[in-house]
Amino acid sequence: MTTITTHRPRPPAQPASLRARRLPGYAPPAIAVVALLASAGIVYGAGIGGAVLVVVVAALLYLAGLFLAANAVEGRRSARNRTWSALIHSAFVLAVLPLASVVWTLVSKGSARLDGNFFGTSMNNIGARDANGGAYHAIVGTLEQVGIATLITVPLGVLCAIYVVEYGRGRFAFTIRFFVDVMTGIPSIVTGLFVLAFWVLIVSPVFNDGRPGFSGFAAALALSVLMLPTVVRSTEEMLRLVPAPLREGSYALGVPKWKTILRVVLPTALPGIVTGIMLAIARAAGETAPVLLVAGGGAAINFNPFENNQSSLALFVYQQAGEASKYSPARAWTAALTLVALVLVLTVAAKLLARRNRLGR
Amino acid sequence: MAKRIEATDVTAYYGGFKAIENINLTVEPKTVTALIGPSGCGKSTFLRSINRMHEVLPGARVEGSLTIDDQDIYDRDVDVTAVRRMIGMVFQRPNPFPTMSIFENVVAGLRLNGVRRKSILEEAAEKALRSANLWDEVKDRLGKPGAGLSGGQQQRLCIARTIAVEPQVVLMDEPCSALDPISTLAIEDLMFQLKDKFTIIIVTHNMQQAARVSDRTAFFSIEKTGDPGRLIEYDNTQKIFSNPSQKKTEDYITGRFG
Repeated sequence: MTTITTHRPRPPAQPASLRARRLPGYAPPAIAVVALLASAGIVYGAGIGGAVLVVVVAALLYLAGLFLAANAVEGRRSARNRTWSALIHSAFVLAVLPLASVVWTLVSKGSARLDGNFFGTSMNNIGARDANGGAYHAIVGTLEQVGIATLITVPLGVLCAIYVVEYGRGRFAFTIRFFVDVMTGIPSIVTGLFVLAFWVLIVSPVFNDGRPGFSGFAAALALSVLMLPTVVRSTEEMLRLVPAPLREGSYALGVPKWKTILRVVLPTALPGIVTGIMLAIARAAGETAPVLLVAGGGAAINFNPFENNQSSLALFVYQQAGEASKYSPARAWTAALTLVALVLVLTVAAKLLARRNRLGR
Repeated sequence: MAKRIEATDVTAYYGGFKAIENINLTVEPKTVTALIGPSGCGKSTFLRSINRMHEVLPGARVEGSLTIDDQDIYDRDVDVTAVRRMIGMVFQRPNPFPTMSIFENVVAGLRLNGVRRKSILEEAAEKALRSANLWDEVKDRLGKPGAGLSGGQQQRLCIARTIAVEPQVVLMDEPCSALDPISTLAIEDLMFQLKDKFTIIIVTHNMQQAARVSDRTAFFSIEKTGDPGRLIEYDNTQKIFSNPSQKKTEDYITGRFG
């Protein structure tokens, strides 16, 4: 005769009290201090590394110590909770660390040449032994190229997204979406080569007495090819997020579809669309290769984006970083800082503008 | 203001799926008509085909004839937006436009259809908000966002928005299902008042509500899932709820089915 033993899961015991023992508030920092001291003792005692290793070992010791202490006092569930919380916070710190490091490096190294001369002069007639020279021409170039690229891309991209989301049905819309996805992955140098081959070498000679016309406008074209998929995709996503009942509410008032899109759907999606556009602008402003290929760089100030060479901040950084002059690295750092600041200011301004349209709660 | 609606053999599809079949009914002007029936029986589909909102969904189409005072709603030359201006609609969930203030929400229909003069808009907004019993609650904060109101207020805002364009007919698709009893009462009271000016058709799952607010009641039902919904009985509300002529109707309203 065989007996079948069934393991019936036992219901968890009802706790007598809802109160549980808790680690005292000073425990986690105390464990941290102990972990740090122990880690320093181990690392320096064995002579195997420096401060970075101390921090890494201390973090691991802290996690282990926290788990053990919480396990002993508060029980298993609570211990897991504390350990995972600590891990998640560490992950956050790890993610922010490079960002903070970049900002700090930019500010500390870029502030050396943060002067009027840098923002007021170009690199025209600046030799390797000159401490002066600035990025005025590059700032002008970046603003003009990115500005033109934005003017081309935003209407095109937003309209394209509206078509795909609101009107597109079947094969054609699917094809557009597919190619927009493919375009997202195009390396920037390829767009530069495309504009070089198509615009600079074939189209522009028609207006230019047969000579290829390197210009800021050509760079803007290349940048807009880069920006377009980002703008289309993000706008598409934002339009899809607008709830269908809003559209229906507008249709039910007898508002035509185009006006519904213009006055109800787009304003609702605007903050998200602006964010997508700013991401695209930020990416375009940081591109070096296309500008180098089709605008050619150049040391002099050129306000005309349709004629002659132009530089840009990213290209300026690239060129200065490779220059054999002891003064050029400082210029490169300041230009990089300027570029980041420029993108930051644009983003903040755009966000504020988009929010102003929205009613505060 | 109010107009008669006549449906003859109305059949509606979602792609290949037939949602309702051969619906015949006439709605008299200045009455409240309730559409009741179990879920999925096509009440909302029929309601949405009255102001041509059904076809907004891809693949959806309507056959048969729907007329408003003898004008065919589905005529080839008919402007859809004109139909919807004449036949307004209030939805199940309040859907005020989130980027607009209370005032802008109410006059959205007028403004988006080209009315610009501020004095006209202000007058229309006050009139519509008063009709929707919302004026006293919002008159001091017309510039605040419509989404900041409570659910019941939002729904009355949507009603105000609908009647601001002065339609002939107001369709309501379960307008109270997301609301608490007090807001529901406010909207039912409102229906009594609106009846003087508009023809009202309301879809509801709440039979007490149908009995309270409507003059006529239409009972829709389906044989089984996947079958098209049909109109089983259409009569005076009192008759439907006291002495229905169909067995199915009686089963439904007494709670034996659905």
